[in-house]
Amino acid sequence: METILVLVHTEADGSLAKSAREALRAARTLNKAIAGSSLVVGLVGENVQSAANSISASPVMKYFGMTGADFGQSRYSTDAAAAEAICKAANATIVVAPATSRWARVLPGVAQRLGGRADTHVTGVSDADGKPSINRWYYRQRMEAVLTRTQRPWFMLIDPGSQTACDCGAGTATVEMVAVNLSDACKRTTVVGIREPKADQQTIRPDAKLLFVAGAGWTKKQSDGKTHTDDAAKIILEFLNKSKASLGGSKSVVDLSGEGQAVLPFMTHLNQIGQTGATPRHPKGLSTCCHGEEPHAVGWRFVSERRAVNLDPNCGWARGKADVLYVADAFEVMRKVNALLAGKK
Amino acid sequence: MSTAYQIIVCGSVVPDPLQTLEPITGPALKNEMMLPAVLDPWAAHALFEAANLAKTAPGSKVWLVSLGPKAKLQQVMMTVAQKAPFELVALDGSASGFTEAADVAAALADAIKTIPGLDMARLLVFGGWESASRGAGVTMQIVGELLGIVNQFQGVDQLTIGADGSLEILERIEGGKHQISKCVGPPAVLGWATGNLPEPPNNPQIGMTNMRAIMPALQKAKPAKIGAGGIKFTSVSLPKQQRQTKIVKDASDDEIAKELVEWNTNG
Ligand SMILES: Cc1cc2nc3c(=O)[nH]c(=O)nc-3n(C[C@H](O)[C@H](O)[C@H](O)COP(=O)(O)OP(=O)(O)OC[C@H]3O[C@@H](n4cnc5c(N)ncnc54)[C@H](O)[C@@H]3O)c2cc1C
Repeated sequence: METILVLVHTEADGSLAKSAREALRAARTLNKAIAGSSLVVGLVGENVQSAANSISASPVMKYFGMTGADFGQSRYSTDAAAAEAICKAANATIVVAPATSRWARVLPGVAQRLGGRADTHVTGVSDADGKPSINRWYYRQRMEAVLTRTQRPWFMLIDPGSQTACDCGAGTATVEMVAVNLSDACKRTTVVGIREPKADQQTIRPDAKLLFVAGAGWTKKQSDGKTHTDDAAKIILEFLNKSKASLGGSKSVVDLSGEGQAVLPFMTHLNQIGQTGATPRHPKGLSTCCHGEEPHAVGWRFVSERRAVNLDPNCGWARGKADVLYVADAFEVMRKVNALLAGKK
Repeated sequence: MSTAYQIIVCGSVVPDPLQTLEPITGPALKNEMMLPAVLDPWAAHALFEAANLAKTAPGSKVWLVSLGPKAKLQQVMMTVAQKAPFELVALDGSASGFTEAADVAAALADAIKTIPGLDMARLLVFGGWESASRGAGVTMQIVGELLGIVNQFQGVDQLTIGADGSLEILERIEGGKHQISKCVGPPAVLGWATGNLPEPPNNPQIGMTNMRAIMPALQKAKPAKIGAGGIKFTSVSLPKQQRQTKIVKDASDDEIAKELVEWNTNG
């Protein structure tokens, strides 16, 4: 009989992120499909009561908690100890967790400790004849597999944004606290802070409707034989400010920035989309001055509607990678777009 | 006081990302052995970071522990050997993305344990935070567990050694941010993202020195039994959504801008 444990951690303010509710929804799908299975929740954080309360209208049979200052930080050693203890207390055979940076760091190691297996970047769960199965992508989003496993416990890390969040309401949950002894080795690491761009310079907006991608073309010589990178930076920033889009970049443009050239100063490796970059989820994406080569385009797997502006009618986007390719000068088009957006305000 | 680190980089080979890949029953990749291969990109960043750290910490040494088909490893080492000084520990086995990460990790951890003079007080285990094949970000954590290392970091973009020998580590977290952590010192596992270093230019001299030891290492590469026991693949398929791209050639900039604004505003 499967015991499905939804393992979540709280955010800094004690709440649960949307990705936690998405994991809960995925777990509930399995719970409904697998006859005789039970659904339990494990919470890790400095304090977990309000998080447990916030989902307590869900059909969860039991709540386990690991709390204290040590569990308020995202740290492998203590998170591993907490997750291991909760999985044992719950006798979990399937562990469904959001693939946050915190859980992605630690849960594969916890699976190893428990003699189980972990699958990450899970984009779907279903049942095949009463057996749980998952969808995940291989070779950087080039091919999708559906698979099932015999090993238990089986950890499934659900990609944030891939599921509908469970909308179960709040109430009062009874949380059974689990304890663990932390060795000295567990405290050799301390989280000292978060480094983030200033609010007005933050160009990565995971919840934005639009992903705006700038390619290396913005930094290349234009029809007058000159580069116009200052103009490019101004146009792009103005568009981001007005549209609140999230900024992505191709490897070429990001590498240029990394090599200390005064190109697009706000562009870092964190903006990179593709094979060795991110694969963000946005309903729409607009590519500008980017060729749309395969190692770039694989990062667009989860961008639903795609449009591109490129001077080259034979660029990669033309070959079935975008819905619409505008053969045009992105400098001119985006200037006009900015003007239209300014007029709308 | 500077520590002489033992930096072990785990990195395998993957098909060149510019290749078109197609799954076949197995699952496996069509013409897998014919596809040109490269060192797994994020593991390559780990190697460059390792070499850079070794340069700044006298007495340090870098090992590259690599599991893949011997012939592929040899082909890839011809270029990788020219990038940075390291000693290769080769394991002969499948580098397919469809294999079990736990099997790979067990083989890597066993190989690491056989490195003579392994010293936990100086040990840093590097790798990529995800491979370009399985793309799971699972292997390094298991290697760490098998070596008894509970100070682990993933999505690392920066490692700075403090005057007291502590490790300050920047890891990628949600929303384009980094978490800053401080670890008292080795041993630690670091799964690297892109880091801060450009790919080093080829250095034939380093290549020659490396290759002298790489060829014997390849010859004595132990076979590693890597499977996918316990996993049953129901299907592996290419995405269906090949789009019918509409190519708009003769519209004015004004028309395009208007269309884009409407498209972005609606729906
Ligand atoms: C191991 C490996 C990993 C890689 N990983 C990634 C990755 O993660 N992400 C990634 O992006 N790439 C990746 N690549 C690189 C990829 O193959 C391409 O080289 C890269 O995406 C090209 O970037 P680009 O399209 O911005 O630049 P370019 O290829 O230089 O294209 C510039 C484009 O701009 C257009 N242009 C110029 N001026 C204008 C204008 N005024 N208006 C409109 N269009 C204009 C040109 O027509 C051209 O199409 C990887 C490659 C390898 C080998």
